[in-house]
Amino acid sequence: MRRLVGDTLVIAERNLIRLPRAPELLLAFTVQPIMFVLLFRYVFGGAISTPGYSYADFLIPGITVQNIAFGGFVTAIGLNEDLHKGIIDRFRSLPMARSAVLAGRTSADIVTNLLSAVILVLTGLAIGFTFHTSAGDVLAGFGLLLLFGYAFSWVFAFVGMVVSSPEAANSVGFIAIFPLTFISSAFVPVISMPEPLRAFAEVNPFTIAVDALRALWLGAPAGDNVWKAVLWSVAIAAVFAPLAVRRYRRAAAS
Amino acid sequence: MQTSIRKMGVLSRPPSGTTADAPRARGPSLDWLSVAAEEEPQGDVSPRPLRGANGRVPVPAVSVRGLVKSYGDVRALDGVDLDVEEGTVLGLLGPNGAGKTTMIRVLTTLLKPDAGSASVAGLDVVRDAARLRGLIGLAGQYAAVDENLTGKENLTMVGRLYGMPRAVARRRASELLESFELSDAADRAVKGYSGGMRRRLDLAAALVASPPILFLDEPTTGLDPRSRLQLWETIERLASEGATVMLTTQYLDEADRLAGSIAVIDRGRVIARGSSDELKDRVGGQRLEVHLDEAARTGVAAEVLSVMGDEAPTVDGELVCVTVRERPGAVVEGVRLLDEAGVGVQDIALRRPTLDDVFLALTGHGTGEDGAGEEEAA
Repeated sequence: MRRLVGDTLVIAERNLIRLPRAPELLLAFTVQPIMFVLLFRYVFGGAISTPGYSYADFLIPGITVQNIAFGGFVTAIGLNEDLHKGIIDRFRSLPMARSAVLAGRTSADIVTNLLSAVILVLTGLAIGFTFHTSAGDVLAGFGLLLLFGYAFSWVFAFVGMVVSSPEAANSVGFIAIFPLTFISSAFVPVISMPEPLRAFAEVNPFTIAVDALRALWLGAPAGDNVWKAVLWSVAIAAVFAPLAVRRYRRAAAS
Repeated sequence: MQTSIRKMGVLSRPPSGTTADAPRARGPSLDWLSVAAEEEPQGDVSPRPLRGANGRVPVPAVSVRGLVKSYGDVRALDGVDLDVEEGTVLGLLGPNGAGKTTMIRVLTTLLKPDAGSASVAGLDVVRDAARLRGLIGLAGQYAAVDENLTGKENLTMVGRLYGMPRAVARRRASELLESFELSDAADRAVKGYSGGMRRRLDLAAALVASPPILFLDEPTTGLDPRSRLQLWETIERLASEGATVMLTTQYLDEADRLAGSIAVIDRGRVIARGSSDELKDRVGGQRLEVHLDEAARTGVAAEVLSVMGDEAPTVDGELVCVTVRERPGAVVEGVRLLDEAGVGVQDIALRRPTLDDVFLALTGHGTGEDGAGEEEAA
């Protein structure tokens, strides 16, 4: 177990020190969220009615959740690259903990996700978003965000181990998760959707996570969303982590 | 921390009972490598004192029995038996798709065999995989290093994954970079390295824990001749210090130079085993190739050259080939014979057997059809 933690930290460190040297990835973490906030706030914002909230207030929790769910794409792309370049072979030939490569990846995502979320929220604050709750709730919101993002990192870890190329990893992640984030309460009130979509959106874990975050940041009625969001995160990780590790054990370079 | 240091000590001990070795570094040091580097005679190839010296009982460092691994319908390994003695270099020679890489992947615990058994350093590659990983080093076909890390960061990371404390891993990384002549590039990201530098770094990564058994999968494929030579010298250095090395290659000259013993593998089976000389003998030794001025004189040329070999020379256009009995002086002898017969020569050369020749001879395809064989070899 100590071995697992130690090896995981070594791998996480590797993924973090290489990040500033891959500018395209860094852009994805920093500039992209800012761009999306501005586009949604100023292009769609005027056309979407969000009773009870300004669109800036409505948007930021939604877009932060969407953004964090995609944070793990670096894991998918990175793992897939490692697989093709033989780096996974090297790791697998070393006397290290078997799940450390994946755990290190997903742990590094926590750091980049936090960076990305902070940038996003700061952008939000600049365009009129405000927290309506206590500092404790705000922090709890960030905690929930990171947990949710971590769960999706495992989804992406699995995707990265399964697909045939880094490009495929990117597009599979995009195609699978992009619609999920849109058919939710992230950008528009669910009530405005046609019936079948609305039915889906209401049970969508993204809606649950977004509503939970709105409760923690805006003081919206929480209902059971917060613990349900935690439960979803744990469940997603519990399913995808073992799947990904199993693929890793059997992984063969191209 | 204690454990790892002790482990490193064990790993860097000479794997065999070779006597009176160069002073061997205890602990994770590679002094021996740099010492050997200075002593390495340039260009010397032949004498490899690698095989079980002085009558000690050879212990197989690698032992493979009836190994089978299939991918769908393709039997990548089709019942391989193979032993590699401790302290020797085995070259696994074969064309693309022969099963070389599969073999290495099974022996380095990356792949589970379908049937048969394999042990490395006395440890079963499936049952004892976890323990075995501490005793082997693997350098792959492509340089498996992180492009966005520096050379030093790469090696330090590998060291820490072998269980070394950070400081020890760093020191070890510096030592290796030094002895692989990468010190100047130590703090540059690997993406700026040349192909040869990457390959050296990859090999260095395989040596971080001074493993007694090394697996090198096509270590020089795709390298320019100079980098290739450098890498050869490094591998020779390691071998001369007693490491057991199993390397795969498509090139006979590489196996020739590095490996004391060669196993030829084709379609998942070992079809021949021996020293490079033994293998070449099976191909029929050296061939003298003569390009004549005019095709009309081939008959005469073939006749005068026939005294040099046991078999009749072959003729193809203005090219006459004869498998010579004796190498030394063969070119001079050929020129003399042809000159006496008044046959004009454009070009004359002794050709060493290539992998294709060995391969053609061993698989039975193309033997006796020299012309066809040559076309493929060219």
